[in-house]
Amino acid sequence: MIRIGSMAALEDIRKQLLQEQQTKQQENQVVVKVALATCGIASGARDILQFFSAELEKRNIEAAVLQTGCMGYCYAEPTVEVCRRGQEPVIFGYVDEKRADDIIENYIKKGVMVDGLIPKNFSTACHCEHEPQAVPEKSKQIRIALRNCGVIDPASIEDYILHDGYHALADVLNRMTPEEAIEEVIASGLKGRGGGGFLTGQKWKLTRQSQSAQKYVVCNADEGDPGAFMDRSILEGDPHSVIEAMAICAYCIGAGQGLVYIRAEYPLAIDRLLHAIGQAREAGLLGSHILGTDFHFDISLRYGAGAFVCGEETALIHSMEGHRGEPTVKPPFPSEAGYLGKPTNVNNVETFACIPLIFRLGAAWFNTIGTANSKGTKVFALAGKINKVGLVEVPMGTTLRDVIFDIGGGIQHDKQFKAVQTGGPSGGCLTAKHLDTPIDYENLTKAGSMMGSGGMIVMDEDDCMVSVAKYYLDFTVEESCGKCSPCRIGNKRLHEILEKITRGEGSMDDLNKLRNLAHVVKETSLCGLGQSSPNPVLSTMENFWEEYLEHVSDKKCRAGVCKAMMKYFILEEHCVGCMACARNCPVNAISGEKKMPHTIDQSICIKCGVCFEKCKFNAIEIR
Amino acid sequence: MSHIKIQLKEAQVNQLKEVCRSFDNDPGELINVLHKAQGIFGYLPAEVQEVVARELQLPVAKVYGVVTFYSFFTMQPKGLHPISICMGTACYVRGAEKVLDEFRRILNINVGESTADGKFSISCLRCVGACGLAPVVTIGEKVYGRVSPDGVKDILREYEF
Repeated sequence: MIRIGSMAALEDIRKQLLQEQQTKQQENQVVVKVALATCGIASGARDILQFFSAELEKRNIEAAVLQTGCMGYCYAEPTVEVCRRGQEPVIFGYVDEKRADDIIENYIKKGVMVDGLIPKNFSTACHCEHEPQAVPEKSKQIRIALRNCGVIDPASIEDYILHDGYHALADVLNRMTPEEAIEEVIASGLKGRGGGGFLTGQKWKLTRQSQSAQKYVVCNADEGDPGAFMDRSILEGDPHSVIEAMAICAYCIGAGQGLVYIRAEYPLAIDRLLHAIGQAREAGLLGSHILGTDFHFDISLRYGAGAFVCGEETALIHSMEGHRGEPTVKPPFPSEAGYLGKPTNVNNVETFACIPLIFRLGAAWFNTIGTANSKGTKVFALAGKINKVGLVEVPMGTTLRDVIFDIGGGIQHDKQFKAVQTGGPSGGCLTAKHLDTPIDYENLTKAGSMMGSGGMIVMDEDDCMVSVAKYYLDFTVEESCGKCSPCRIGNKRLHEILEKITRGEGSMDDLNKLRNLAHVVKETSLCGLGQSSPNPVLSTMENFWEEYLEHVSDKKCRAGVCKAMMKYFILEEHCVGCMACARNCPVNAISGEKKMPHTIDQSICIKCGVCFEKCKFNAIEIR
Repeated sequence: MSHIKIQLKEAQVNQLKEVCRSFDNDPGELINVLHKAQGIFGYLPAEVQEVVARELQLPVAKVYGVVTFYSFFTMQPKGLHPISICMGTACYVRGAEKVLDEFRRILNINVGESTADGKFSISCLRCVGACGLAPVVTIGEKVYGRVSPDGVKDILREYEF
């Protein structure tokens, strides 16, 4: 990539790239894009990409085989987009070599549709003249933050520029003062997508107002919520959008240095981001005199090391400085004294990813999407007991029902929907009665959960809500930094009470203690982690009180999860004496003659469930 | 904490010093230095921490404080094939615990331990963000998706178990 010295040069390059692309489109019979994000690669997408490259060449088909980021259909990985010349692109899922062969022979060669087609279920907002302007109509999804994921090659800055990349930065640098640009972000109503929900523009304004020669822009890519993968997908699929937005932010607040705090658990995202930063430097889009102006800015990476609390901005800053990631009391806010004591603006990956489009399509446009107090869209990582696990991006105000049953395709194996957990370990479990609640910051908080960063875990009838609460507490106990006692000791005690209940030894008094202590921890902890850690307990107590009661008074776990309360029995009338259970029992608790009904010695049984899984005659009953 | 005393070879000490120098011996880069050091040694025994502390001019207690704070750093040597079972929520609700139990049963070790021959070790990790493939297990760099307890043996067989 040559150095781009001005706004006009950027425009020239884009036109040139557009022309090259059009020429290629005429030459190539077909363009194949393979989604190479972490999920795709783990499912074998790299081999599929190889297969397409090699086979299309072998079979004399003029084709371009490209890599791209996550298309959002994680349940059907590996996913492949195929675009025949002059036709609309189509997406195929579960592509193995056999299906790839089928696609080449039938779809690519003859235009005959093959199995595995995934209907596209979203519209994309964009500002590219060669693609139609977004018309968000019937589609429940609108992609803003994910606009380029699964579309462009994340390793190609050219592809990003071709899709309007770095034009927002050029616009801002050439046409706006920092104050005007900040006003635009404020007017858009964009709120922090990491979970806090603070007005992004307001944060920028506060950091701008702090007087200091040195300021910092920080991108929080420490996606610690278990079950959330929005930020990973954006960084793997569209790293340049985050770089561009950080540069815009730096111009607005007056910073010269940017830092991305990223989890070490995301090696691919780190690779792609480093690669993108290198390309941007080479093109003069990072460094000194960006686009021929007097604006200088560069970005470096800081690696997380596996501490959930580092998602909290003060803890994150301490971690970047090389310390233990312990939070400190606010004020002072990072906008006054952050990294190395200098004013620092911290935003999340998804927040940054929205920024370029806000400048290209305008704050007023962004404002038309969403609800009165929550503007724009939100990306959710839909996971758990759902048919179509994946990344979805919906306008604020979409109902949970639409997300889970329409986009997510409902519950796996036709089971009963029980709960949906939003907001990770800081959020809560919502139930069937909340299904028609429009999703926005206020409504989720009112319902006892929170927006959080966007993890959305769906649970069915086989999940025990007391155990789920215990699971989250287990997480918090492990991740509490230990600085303040309510969080360090309180969560441990909460966990112990939940352990006791799931062992079948709980009492009504324990339930009272649980609730009271949860409120104490919530009200007295130092940082966001402790203040929200009891939410999973309180929300499950509120919404699934009868399950708690059953655990303590009837010593029963209706989902059959709490092993201590379960007993395995052999039904004499079903048992044929095949000995499969006895052979597989790890503790030899099952006895009986061949072809005679067997019995389980309850004093030896460890309730591992192996007999239940091995029995082909439904002769094992759990009571 | 590991009680086995190890003696770092001179070449290893020099390698560590080189890592520190590549970060200008800046104490603010402690975490990045530790990442690199763990990349070289596989874990961070006390002896490695002492060298790092000396080079960055930090108290050893401070280095130890950071190492023990972050779950990514370990003071126990890992197996040749480190097995990590994802315990993120998506994996948890899709039966990660049963998969973990099966690994423990077959290898006869607990979480945080290595097999006697040093070939395998088991640890839990929080979320690799591949929730679409839950439950997820990683062995070294390789990610295995949709793992069932029945499939555990087959996975181990790939590593000549």
